[in-house]
Amino acid sequence: MTQRYSFLQLIRQALKRHEGWTPAWHSVEPKDTYDIVVVGGGGHGLATAYYLAKNHGIRNVAVIEKGWIGGGNTGRNTTIVRSNYLRDEAAHLYEYALKLWEGLSVELNFNVMFSQRGVLNLGHSLQDMRDIERRVNANRLNGIDSEVLNPSDIQEIVPLLDCSPQNRYPVLGASWQPRGGIARHDAVAWGFARAADRLGVDIVEHARVVEIPLTRGTGAVEGVVIEHEDERKFIRARKVACVTAGNSGVVAALAGLKLPIESRPLQAFVSEPLKPCLDTVVMSNAVHGYLSQSDKGDLVIGAGTDGYNGYGQRGSFEIIEETARALCELFPAFSRVRMNRQWGGIVDICPDACPIIGPMPVPGLYFNCGWGTGGFKATPGSGFVFAHTVAEDIPHPLAEPFRIERFHSGALIDEHGAAGVAH
Amino acid sequence: MLRIYCPYCESVRDEDEFHCVGEAHIKRPERPDELSDQAWGEYLHFRTNPRGEHREIWQHAVGCRQHFNVLRDTESYEIKSVYRINEEPPNVTDPDT
Repeated sequence: MTQRYSFLQLIRQALKRHEGWTPAWHSVEPKDTYDIVVVGGGGHGLATAYYLAKNHGIRNVAVIEKGWIGGGNTGRNTTIVRSNYLRDEAAHLYEYALKLWEGLSVELNFNVMFSQRGVLNLGHSLQDMRDIERRVNANRLNGIDSEVLNPSDIQEIVPLLDCSPQNRYPVLGASWQPRGGIARHDAVAWGFARAADRLGVDIVEHARVVEIPLTRGTGAVEGVVIEHEDERKFIRARKVACVTAGNSGVVAALAGLKLPIESRPLQAFVSEPLKPCLDTVVMSNAVHGYLSQSDKGDLVIGAGTDGYNGYGQRGSFEIIEETARALCELFPAFSRVRMNRQWGGIVDICPDACPIIGPMPVPGLYFNCGWGTGGFKATPGSGFVFAHTVAEDIPHPLAEPFRIERFHSGALIDEHGAAGVAH
Repeated sequence: MLRIYCPYCESVRDEDEFHCVGEAHIKRPERPDELSDQAWGEYLHFRTNPRGEHREIWQHAVGCRQHFNVLRDTESYEIKSVYRINEEPPNVTDPDT
């Protein structure tokens, strides 16, 4: 039995010199048969498994992860959470996720350190400001907290930001979502893994799906073949739910499918730890950078994607230069801050910058992918609606517009540019 | 930073002189009027997105502005071959993939 985390437990364990803590989830050998196999043990996959067990009572579920929990994009993003999207479909989905974030630590009995410190999206030109006003109005009609701020408001919130009018890209205003913020990315993966494990979900790490066999005749999925501890093993499952982000194209190809997705590295870096100096999230499309300060004190800086497909988890050098330039433009005070680490995550980008959630042309196969550069903020909402879609075999109403069929019907949800770079 | 050979300038230049247009050898449908929504969708949006060898179109955007094809490995980023638009892809066993 997994321990319940509480203040009392902390005191109890402290008296035992913290030697009594048990692992947050079990290490299991995969069984031969499951009702549902979730491929991909990132935040979205684990959230899917958790809500399958919790909301739909389906506990005979395995999560197959090729690496380790929290080692993929869940541990590689800049942890920004917001819901100020332009289009109704996207706004509703991300706003639902944001509402789940607000109760997530209690729900999971795991402190995900969700901090609603507000998110600023800066405007640097008259057109930026028109777009921001349009987006803020759309947000307010959708019941999302959103305001337009002028430079003096912004200066008050972020004293270090250079708002002087003679800048090459002067700050003319911003959109402000006070309920947005950041969360602790590892804790999200660990919290969902632990909560899913408590409900009976099997989490299998270091197991790569190498085949998705289909039944002759009906063409439905039979299950998955995994490579685990140098052995191949067939796992039978009624349904296979793939939540594999940057590797979605590779996994889809195993079932003979092609997706409207291209995979590219998106990179980020963190600085040396500094004293508290930035208590909100600042994002800018025009100069292309976004940053926040973690509780540990390091600046977490998000960059752009590479201009071409790639699976190397590092990112191109010229993007680093571009982002450093943006950082110095916005915060001259940070020009001499040293960077500690740099990394890349492989993001799955759709033509309309919106996810694909739902059944595939192969019976029994479901995909939740295409979140591109902005998946982290949706983690609980994504799992919630995808679990519903897989369990009930009908898309959740919030996920309905995000079916893959939109790329044939033309009903794209164009969030490119509208949502901003900035994810 | 990639170093890319431009077959028109006949020199190797830094990646930031170029723009990657996307997957190569996607043929525009010959009779668009007769195309189904399915086929249009496939043509416009669906891509192979392989982990490994990928054929793509690049443009020497701030140089000669010519387009050409590149055969590149998306995992190692090694550029295996550069060839002009009207040239046959080299060492290709299955041109449809």
